[in-house]
Amino acid sequence: MAEFGFTGIAALVIASSFWVVTARNLVHAAVALMGTLFGVAGLYVYLYADFLAATQVIIYVGGILVLIIFGVMLTQRISSAVLLQTHMPNRPLAGVVVFFLFMGLTSLLFRTPWHEGEQVMPESTVTIIGTSLLTKYLLHFEVASVLLLVALLGAAYLSRREDG
Amino acid sequence: MDSLQSYLFISIVMFCLGLYGVMTRRNGVAILMGIELILNSANLNFVAFNRFGGLGEHLPGHVFALFVIVMAASEAAVMLAIIINLYKNFQTVNVDEAHEMSG
Amino acid sequence: MDIRSTFALLILFLPLASFVLQIFFGRRLGPKGVWISVAALFATLILAASMLATVVLGTPMDHHPEVEWFSIGDFSITLGFQLDNLAVTMLVIVALISSLVHLYSVEYLRGDVRYTRYFGYLGLFTFSMNGIVLAHSLIMMYMFWELVGLSSYLLIGHWFEKDSAASAGKKAFLTNRVGDIGMFIGIMLFWSVTGTFTFHGLYELVDVDGANLFAGQMGLLSLAGGLVFVGAMGKSAQFPLHIWLPDAMEGPTPVSALIHAATMVAAGVYLTVRLFPILTPAALLFVATIGAITAVLGALIAITQVDIKRVLAYSTISQLGYMVMAVGLGAQQAAFFHLATHAMFKGLLFLCAGSVIHALHHALKQRNDHETDAQDMRNMGGLRSKMPITWITMVIGALAISGVPLFSGFLSKDAILAGTLAFAGENSAWWAVLFPIAGFGAAAITAFYMFRLIFMTFHGKPADAAVHAHVHESPPAMTGPLVLLAALSFALFFTLPQVNPLNSEGWLTEALPQVENLTGHADLGVEHLEHGWHEAHDTAVNLSLTVAGGGILLAVLVYLLSLINAAAIARQFRRVGLYQLSFYKFYFDEIYDALIYRPFLWLTEVVAWLDWNFWDQWFIDGLGRNTVRGGNASGWLDYVWLDQYLVDGIGRLTQRIGATGRKLQSGRVQNYLMWALAGGMIVFFVASQL
Repeated sequence: MAEFGFTGIAALVIASSFWVVTARNLVHAAVALMGTLFGVAGLYVYLYADFLAATQVIIYVGGILVLIIFGVMLTQRISSAVLLQTHMPNRPLAGVVVFFLFMGLTSLLFRTPWHEGEQVMPESTVTIIGTSLLTKYLLHFEVASVLLLVALLGAAYLSRREDG
Repeated sequence: MDSLQSYLFISIVMFCLGLYGVMTRRNGVAILMGIELILNSANLNFVAFNRFGGLGEHLPGHVFALFVIVMAASEAAVMLAIIINLYKNFQTVNVDEAHEMSG
Repeated sequence: MDIRSTFALLILFLPLASFVLQIFFGRRLGPKGVWISVAALFATLILAASMLATVVLGTPMDHHPEVEWFSIGDFSITLGFQLDNLAVTMLVIVALISSLVHLYSVEYLRGDVRYTRYFGYLGLFTFSMNGIVLAHSLIMMYMFWELVGLSSYLLIGHWFEKDSAASAGKKAFLTNRVGDIGMFIGIMLFWSVTGTFTFHGLYELVDVDGANLFAGQMGLLSLAGGLVFVGAMGKSAQFPLHIWLPDAMEGPTPVSALIHAATMVAAGVYLTVRLFPILTPAALLFVATIGAITAVLGALIAITQVDIKRVLAYSTISQLGYMVMAVGLGAQQAAFFHLATHAMFKGLLFLCAGSVIHALHHALKQRNDHETDAQDMRNMGGLRSKMPITWITMVIGALAISGVPLFSGFLSKDAILAGTLAFAGENSAWWAVLFPIAGFGAAAITAFYMFRLIFMTFHGKPADAAVHAHVHESPPAMTGPLVLLAALSFALFFTLPQVNPLNSEGWLTEALPQVENLTGHADLGVEHLEHGWHEAHDTAVNLSLTVAGGGILLAVLVYLLSLINAAAIARQFRRVGLYQLSFYKFYFDEIYDALIYRPFLWLTEVVAWLDWNFWDQWFIDGLGRNTVRGGNASGWLDYVWLDQYLVDGIGRLTQRIGATGRKLQSGRVQNYLMWALAGGMIVFFVASQL
């Protein structure tokens, strides 16, 4: 059952991300991205990262994706033809380059003798993450908070009305 | 199926597709979607290595992934602000049409 | 840092600070700002005087700090000070005259167009002069030597709107350059012989049995000494490089007092005194000969001049000749003594002349008379009653320079004359007698022309009664320095604690003893000289009193009492051409014109003719014509083959490549990203195959 679940989620992720980059309609792309993000959250569950899976759903799907859809809606009239995406003229060439990149990376994946250690399923990842965030990674945590603050201010500043 | 390589393979696919999106899309928002794919593939790598890397009870991969999510959130906010500004000034969000600086 | 070095640095750099201040902020500070410069100079005077006081009270100064400037391999050039009794005494002289001149100029140049800049240049000049005095090596002295040349150029040409002033500045600078070239070669020769630039090092070498040390290189050393002295000839206006000094009178009169009486021209004498220990007999004889000729020549020319400043200028040349001659004859102490006393009374005489000119100039200006020359003595006369302070101080100066007892000139001149007598006594060659003859002769003439100047200026009937009525005594800022310098022209100040006016021993001779020369045991050894000196002293006193008295008496007879008709004598002399010889300054400028300038012009014309007709027309143009022919042939090949096929082909190829390549530069970041990725992949691929 778990095997099928995993295969299904993997197929969902790959298919939806393919759709994200190829869909001509931006709204369709956004919906596909939602699928991808949900799929990744599912993969996190398989990777024993329950807290991260929840975060992924809440922040990515609930925050960033909404933001992106806002962006789409604010800048396009939904019924207009402009919403239909055209692609750059370099599309075939980019496809070739990415294909070779994909080939290179996959061959790397199969040729590398991956070291696999003992797998431990933690009781609760929240406790461990919370403790380490406020002890070992305190400085990083603070820097990230400053980054968020600055990004917030910057975004607000950039998108305000010129005359307002 | 549930092995390190399979996660890495999914990650590679997402990365390549994201890159392809970034390279081929004209719409700024669509480019942002490609970037999100790339970031998610990186996150997937972190978490996968955290599980299969034999780190025991330590979860640095999770923490790092959290930071990446934070970074992605702020990046999305700033980029959308830029795109909305772009739309205000050029009436378009196609990045290749905003080429006032090009020679 | 040693306190002595601190003092020396302050003395050196305060005038420079004054220069910087006046040049950059002078306009903002306004005319009142020059008092800062005056204060700075008086500060250096106090510092220098305190150092001299230490010396006089019995602690000899012998301090030579140095720091490395730069080094090339093992060879290094240092900067430093040579702080000995000589330098300290000279510093006081420079600081005293310079500060008094500053004070005097405040009044004298009031209302001048470049008032503050003038004070800046005075500061620069004082800085350079102090540098010469303090320099510890020939190299450093040469640097400041050039700076003195520059600042004197700036000061002489202060009124550069006047053509004569501008060209006088140029003449002074160029004449000095002639001497400086010699000096530079001399310095290099000194180094090649002794291996050191510092005076300290040179003195040490001499102390360690110098005569034997350089026995094999006496000729080279003589040449080096002579060449360095050529530099001194330029600065100290010695024959035949004296021609610039009279022309330099175009500068403001206080500048004449500072540069052309007390300091800059003293630099040459100072250098000669500094180098005295290492000068060989041959070099010394050269020095003495030049000095003797200059002394007589200057005095002879001064007799007939009518410009009050020119009389003083030639008098300066003559007195400098005295000093140089004294150094050459081994009486180095007497020479420096005379330098010190001369600085006082000649500075005084110049400032007096300035006071007279200033008064007359203003009087003429009130009468709207711009034609009459305010410096011509024939336009003066009878000023005694109008300018009593100037009159009495100038008489004191004249008495001092004439060598009348009680005054400073008597002592120093007497010492020099005794030195010439001693030299003649010790040296059996026939020409040795010429030096005392030159000395006493010049002394007599000096007394005569000085009193001629006094009588023509202050006595007799006024040349123009109307102008005379408008003449006023100068303000206190001008008469103050006069009175001070007049007081310093009394013998007493140089002989303390001795009070006997006939004895030249005193603190100065105490502080600056006769030094051992390189040729300590040669013909004109110091021991012999000192021996002869004491013997000659009484003779010298009597003789010099006689000649001075004779000169003054003659002047009284001719110009005061008019018992002898000056014009009649002049006619007599004119008949044999002697008068013109003196009046036209022995035709030096004309001789240089005929011997150097004109032949040079002629030579340039010849060379130009050859250059044009032969070289240009035939050779170069011929070459050119042939080149044209060859060029045409090669040009054809060049055009058809090289240009059309090779060069243009490459150009076309490049164009095509460029046209293709520019498509890459789309301005789209996404394309760049793609190409960068492709390139990176190729690199990785290639790297993985290696």
